[in-house]
Amino acid sequence: MSVVLHAEGLHKRFGATRALEGASLTLRAGEIHALMGQNGAGKSTVIKLLTGVERPDAGTVALDGRAIAPANPLDAQREGISTVYQEVNLCPNLSVAENLYAGRYPRRFGLVDWKQVRAGARALLQELNLDLDVDRPLSAHPVAIQQMVAIARALGVSARVLILDEPTSSLDEGEVRELFAVMRRLRGRGMAILFVTHFLDQVYAVADRITVLRNGGFVGEYLPSELPQAALVKAMVGREVELAVGREAGASAASEGPVVVEARGLGRRGSLQPIDLQLRAGEVLGLGGLLGSGRTELARLLFGLDRADTGELVIDGAKAELHHPADAVARGLALCPEERKTEGIVAGLSVRENIVLALQARRGWRRSLPRAKQDEMAARYVALLGIKAAGIEAPVDALSGGNQQKVVLARWLATQPRLLVLDEPTRGIDIAAKQEIMAEVVRLARQGMAVLFISAEIDELTRLGDRIAVLRERHKAGELPGGSDGNQVLALIAGQG
Amino acid sequence: MARGRTPVAAPAAEPPRPSLAKRAFAHPLFWPLLALALLLLGNGAFNPGFLSLEWRDGRLYGNLVDIANRAAPLILVSLGMTLVIAVRGLDISVGAVLAIAATVAAWTITRMTAGGGDGLAPLFAAVAAALGAAALCGLWNGLLVVKVGMQPIIATLILMVAGRGIAQLVSDGQILTIYYAPYAFLGSGFVLGLPFALFVVLAVFVALALLLDRTALGLFVRAIGHNPVAAHVAGVRAKAITLALYVFCGFCAGLAGLLVSANVASADANNAGQLLELDAILAVALGGTVLAGGRFSLAGSLVGALIIQALTTTIYAVGVPPQVNLVVKALLVLAVLLLQSPEFRGQLKALVQRPARRHA
Repeated sequence: MSVVLHAEGLHKRFGATRALEGASLTLRAGEIHALMGQNGAGKSTVIKLLTGVERPDAGTVALDGRAIAPANPLDAQREGISTVYQEVNLCPNLSVAENLYAGRYPRRFGLVDWKQVRAGARALLQELNLDLDVDRPLSAHPVAIQQMVAIARALGVSARVLILDEPTSSLDEGEVRELFAVMRRLRGRGMAILFVTHFLDQVYAVADRITVLRNGGFVGEYLPSELPQAALVKAMVGREVELAVGREAGASAASEGPVVVEARGLGRRGSLQPIDLQLRAGEVLGLGGLLGSGRTELARLLFGLDRADTGELVIDGAKAELHHPADAVARGLALCPEERKTEGIVAGLSVRENIVLALQARRGWRRSLPRAKQDEMAARYVALLGIKAAGIEAPVDALSGGNQQKVVLARWLATQPRLLVLDEPTRGIDIAAKQEIMAEVVRLARQGMAVLFISAEIDELTRLGDRIAVLRERHKAGELPGGSDGNQVLALIAGQG
Repeated sequence: MARGRTPVAAPAAEPPRPSLAKRAFAHPLFWPLLALALLLLGNGAFNPGFLSLEWRDGRLYGNLVDIANRAAPLILVSLGMTLVIAVRGLDISVGAVLAIAATVAAWTITRMTAGGGDGLAPLFAAVAAALGAAALCGLWNGLLVVKVGMQPIIATLILMVAGRGIAQLVSDGQILTIYYAPYAFLGSGFVLGLPFALFVVLAVFVALALLLDRTALGLFVRAIGHNPVAAHVAGVRAKAITLALYVFCGFCAGLAGLLVSANVASADANNAGQLLELDAILAVALGGTVLAGGRFSLAGSLVGALIIQALTTTIYAVGVPPQVNLVVKALLVLAVLLLQSPEFRGQLKALVQRPARRHA
């Protein structure tokens, strides 16, 4: 197969974070190529570089053997690289036809030739076996169709390379099959397709070739037939990670600590089906599931950020009504939210102020923590968690992502919580910080804290969880004992269990 | 891992303490204070005697006292505005609220002194009624922002427009004249040789500074301003605090209304506090508070309000023709703002240095 796109030695850093360190990728005509890696491996950065959203610090991108340096997404599109993002990046208020032609309307006598727009739109959709009313607004169609429209738009600009970034995360099984059929048809027309996904089984269902990234670097390029699933996971995760923290297989701590928090049929319309869950002192409960499976929604319900409309929350055996996070904090709950930048750190405040914030909020505005106490506390947690900062008065935004995450963790540890909910605490941070945070989680649980550890990484769940619960499509798919095999967890997550 | 992390360096030696001048330059109050000083000194150069103070009949007289005294209402409003802006809000109804407070006070006094009633009861009743009405106005603004979720500028626009109507209803469309000596003391009385208004400002400023510094309110206000969502997740009662700050902002406008109406012994529903909201926002900006929220300076706003009053006084003192008066004020404000902008100073510096380098 002829090589269409070849990227080599890509380097990119964002502030102190090294997103890419020598990543490479080769796409061939008429092939579906899966790009795999853990969160933070650099997949999305590679896409950003290919599509001109960001410029590489070093490295080359060649299209048909000619070096290109797209300055923006439009530039990349002109070169023949089209992208369909996870969140459909079209205009929902415009009609399907307008979306397909926006920015490149055919003209007649200087005016938009709407007749040709409609006819062309229908023809493009026909290629994907879609029969839509092209005059209806895009938002009138389900997400799966919107995604198809986005792909059709990529066809319309006669793309040589089509990048699909997590296209299946919001589709049901039938829709996924439809999408795969379209991908195969496009492959048949000689298009090079880059398919980014978290679903291992989908990779094996549709990909012709696999590239694995880890920590921003290139691990290898494989043929699916030569790479069993376990080997793929190992390539993604890396051996040294597997050995770093965790338990012996099957050696669950089997905690019999008292139940600290219990959800009984807790649910909220449109975000989470009623769920039962017990969180015990001295135990890490790993919570897995795909994006949109209800993980974060559960965390928000437990913490009073959203109100449950069914079921009840029982804290220490008594029914609790949480109207505000402050109510949860007062009862000894803590939440490190998934969105570190928007919901976690308070950029603009110092490391010290960020660390004391939750404890101070619990004490109320009148009982100010004495400054000496604040200094002592901040210094203690900076040392305990190994936070790398110029000092406790350094602005928290000057820290790297992993250290910011540790600051948020320190903020909650300072409240000495009984239940610590960690929503994707390791996302987007470097591998060393990941290890340190996970080691800290284990240590905290051994000291008697109840921990709910939410992660998309199966490997993290199996290593940390004394029990593992899995959510799928906004309900609890099942629970597994600690030390379960990753494939069992995967089966539950992917819905084969 | 092969990928080496640079080993953690031993804590760096304490950096040498920057010189006094360096530290002064870096202080956020340096530029506003410099602007104020330049304005006053410029006046002094233009008009010898401008800076002189005179002790006469047990009172201190002079342009400086006059500027501070006239600036008092604006300072009060700016202090309230500073805190609202610090939590990403805005209150453009302060001028209208000032008018409401002024007319409510005047109306109360007129009613209570109509039967020849005397003593201090009308004074206390007027102050209580005016401040109560102003705080209610603030509560209304706060509820619209916090509970209804309106954009602050729109939410307070409602009262900005409606407020003058309410004030006219209270005053029955008349300019209410106050014939009651104890009330006039608020606006033109002297204590220890200084205008009473200065003591009101001092009391509010000190109380506020203590409240923000000695309690956790300062931290919460900055946390909410920098990141309201994260503050909420951390358990900070962001909505309650924001609501309280709008109430306080209304209260400050009410205090200013008392001073203004007492000073002229009348309340004009239409013109009292006209465009005050813009001066207040300007004072806040001049003082170095970030309009996007989070970083604020009460002292800066105080200096900012003094700068604005000094400008006004300068324009009158220099004798700028009335028709270009506002243009001159705008130009001076622009100059002050540019002087304070680090970006502009950087560009200016580059401009000065570049030719020098070429010659080198």
